[in-house]
Amino acid sequence: MNNNRNYDVIIIGGGVIGCMLARFLSRYRLDILVIEKETDIGSVTSAANTAIVHPGYDAVPGSLKAQLNVAANPLWDQLANELHFAFERRGDYVVAIGKEELPKLDELLQRGKQNGVIGMRTVSAEEMREREPNINPAVSGALWATSGGICDPFGVTIAAAENAIANGVVILRETSFEDFMWDGKRITGVKTNRGDFTCRWAVNAAGLFSDTVMHKAGIRPAFTITPRKGEYFVLDRTEFTVNNVLFPVPTNISKGILVTTTVHGNTILGPNAQNIEDKENKENTKDGMNEVFEGAKKLVPGVNPRHIIAVFAGLRAAGNAPCTTPGVDYNHDFIVEIPGEVQGFFNLGGIESPGLTAAPAIAQYVVELLKDAGEKLQERKDWNPIRPARPQFRHLTHQQRDVLIKKDARYGRVVCRCENVTEGEIVAEIHAPVPALTYDAIKRRTWLGTGRCQGGFDMPRVTEILARELGISPLEVSKKNGASKFLYRPTKEEGGAQ
Amino acid sequence: MKIENCDIAVIGSGPGGLAAAMAARQNGAKKVLLIERDREPGGILLQCIHNGFGVEIFKKDLPGPAYAQHFINEAQSAGVEFLLDTMVLEITKDKRIFASNKKEGMFEIQAKAIILAMGCRERTRAQVRLPGARPAGVYTAGTAQRWVNVEGFMPGKQVVILGSGDIGMIMARRLTFEGAKVERVLEIMPYLSGLMRNYVQCLQDFGIPLLMQHTVKRIIGNERVEAVETIAVDDRWQEVAGSEEIIPCDTLLLSVGLIPENELSRQVGIQLDPLTSGPFVDNHFQTSIEGFFAAGNVVHVYDLVDWVTGAGLRAGESAALYAHGKLHGNKKVTIQHGQNVHHVIPHSLDISSLAFHEEQLQMRVTRPLEHPVKVQVMNGNEVIASKALPYARPGEMVTISLKDKHMEPLQNAGQLVVRVVEREE
Repeated sequence: MNNNRNYDVIIIGGGVIGCMLARFLSRYRLDILVIEKETDIGSVTSAANTAIVHPGYDAVPGSLKAQLNVAANPLWDQLANELHFAFERRGDYVVAIGKEELPKLDELLQRGKQNGVIGMRTVSAEEMREREPNINPAVSGALWATSGGICDPFGVTIAAAENAIANGVVILRETSFEDFMWDGKRITGVKTNRGDFTCRWAVNAAGLFSDTVMHKAGIRPAFTITPRKGEYFVLDRTEFTVNNVLFPVPTNISKGILVTTTVHGNTILGPNAQNIEDKENKENTKDGMNEVFEGAKKLVPGVNPRHIIAVFAGLRAAGNAPCTTPGVDYNHDFIVEIPGEVQGFFNLGGIESPGLTAAPAIAQYVVELLKDAGEKLQERKDWNPIRPARPQFRHLTHQQRDVLIKKDARYGRVVCRCENVTEGEIVAEIHAPVPALTYDAIKRRTWLGTGRCQGGFDMPRVTEILARELGISPLEVSKKNGASKFLYRPTKEEGGAQ
Repeated sequence: MKIENCDIAVIGSGPGGLAAAMAARQNGAKKVLLIERDREPGGILLQCIHNGFGVEIFKKDLPGPAYAQHFINEAQSAGVEFLLDTMVLEITKDKRIFASNKKEGMFEIQAKAIILAMGCRERTRAQVRLPGARPAGVYTAGTAQRWVNVEGFMPGKQVVILGSGDIGMIMARRLTFEGAKVERVLEIMPYLSGLMRNYVQCLQDFGIPLLMQHTVKRIIGNERVEAVETIAVDDRWQEVAGSEEIIPCDTLLLSVGLIPENELSRQVGIQLDPLTSGPFVDNHFQTSIEGFFAAGNVVHVYDLVDWVTGAGLRAGESAALYAHGKLHGNKKVTIQHGQNVHHVIPHSLDISSLAFHEEQLQMRVTRPLEHPVKVQVMNGNEVIASKALPYARPGEMVTISLKDKHMEPLQNAGQLVVRVVEREE
């Protein structure tokens, strides 16, 4: 356990934004701490979204969103090469159904050009039907953006975090921000449930709770995050798949309900968009399912609720910050700023979609603004941008598997039969730089339990491995945090009928 | 990578696989490998510590592990070789198996015939599309059964069970024995999905309420289950507004159906029947690919283990004959499901085997028929065989046998239809 209480930079929030920022800042001679209130990093919005790297034709021209989205998109190839997370630049489609939607494609094409997106062109209905045989036959045309991509968003977060740690960053989980420490108008540290930490810079990367954090700093009292819930439905890849990323033509509120392939091969449908009040409410609903399937059927009529293999819901951290570019009337822009009112505070907020895409550009922009503010950033000579990948049994050839098992026999024992995840991979994650301490943490890292039996087979086995490796009782093993334990007591200890 | 040759490779050592491996040896197969992913043979029987196994075969009422042990011993004395803690990752059309374990690493097995005996898996929460939060405390009944009976842990203390499948009802009793409070069992259908005897012995005898035409509307609790909201449904599965009830509980068990486990079969290209989710099989339990056989719950879900053993014995015998070139591809008649019948196994019948075997047709009815019924095998309008039953229920498998005397009338048949009709007709 790291006992350092004094840092140059404290990042509040260990989502993809916080972790990516930590990774980019770790290049410089700075002592950096990331605090995350949940048991795992990246386990809220970063783990439950559409997993898309957007080209940038949606965002309102002139907005910071548009600028950072378009700037970030080309960074992803190098990032994926350095951090070894799953990323495929396979392009995406906005699909027009019926003649009346066709003009929308041209609008988007023009907007994309205005934003500086390259590699866009329209595709005829016939060509679209060829490229995606499952598409609604009433397709009238599509906009094809070659720079679109898909990724494993949790994988991105964990990879960035691990690389940050390798370069000296400290990440503390189950550590929640409570308040700032002050010296006049200067923030000098952060109070948490684990005590106080001092810093020269406190960075708000609190996502859904970024409004609370900036209000504690006395900044932007009118800014609020309204959680916008999106429900998703994952289809069994042996039953039904599409080959592409398919968007409907967007509405004013959202990009609409997609039918999209993922880096894991499953097709997912969603999200709908529902403004809610409770920042913890990630329930799936019957109405949500109906809405998502109705939306998805518009693009791909063949989708069927019978093929659902898993469901989830995510919360978008939707803000209400007006765009600062003169003449642009837009009230949901990103905030990336060093506010003038206080010192030692870097403020981020309203980083909803395309926040995941924009993450590396946001990190670079933060670095630039810090330099502008007079921060003397000295590069570390020993900075290592590479985060090595760990073996994933299911992606290896039989020969590679054999070599791996001969080195470590635990890779020979398959614990998740649907996704072919081995004991070796589970143990590796439990002892990784950001240790997986719960079932869900292992699931997100290895993809175990995501197949057809949804953990029915592996859950008792993973519980046993977690208990053994962490030196705890199986009774202490939990699904996502201390309050979500799987088991209640040993059998026949108390209160038995006989 | 090591390569091993064998006559017969059996995948899965539950009751189907054990019987198949044993029968293969007894019918002349030389090297028979029984591959099991768990550390011990026996499959799911090992966690079924209640009795009720073997009534048909042994006329004895055994607990699951004892039933399994009987066949483990038999298979061992018959000379079956066990390969435990080993996962089959791939099978190929030319009958090669790629598997891994801790000791050998990856290795290859070249078999003359392969018997699929992977059993079945439980339907999950997502597959029945249960809305609500996603906390800890929602388990399939079989996972809970493993925790209680094998690992020695209670998954909760206040339980609601959705679905009246056999494992769910058995777990209701088991958890009650262990001091948990089982609040109720909900069944969305107007009839029981498991065996009547389990309803009587596991629910009725313990005063556990069973609510027909009820389901879970919403799961409540972000970390651990705190309650479920239940609701009544009408005959068309529509929710009855105003019938909602909040039942506080910390655990929701699901016993909402079993699905034959056919990832490997699908991967090698064996044709699957959408009605059963298992392979199309003939009366030798041979699948659509020659030399691939299937036995037990991997074909369709059985109600009693005794029938699984029976299927395994037959598949083992057939595979041994095949490995020695003695299983001939004779002309077959197809068997279709008719009135009131959901599906029939086998899907086709080699008439010439009636000279050596009584052939049992196994089926499930689509709805409860609580009056005296007749099971009939029809060749066009002609009744080939008929059997009277006092009733027929979806939870209980129905069978009828064809014998050597049926060979003659079936000589020119192309397709048989099996139906279950009320006896007055």
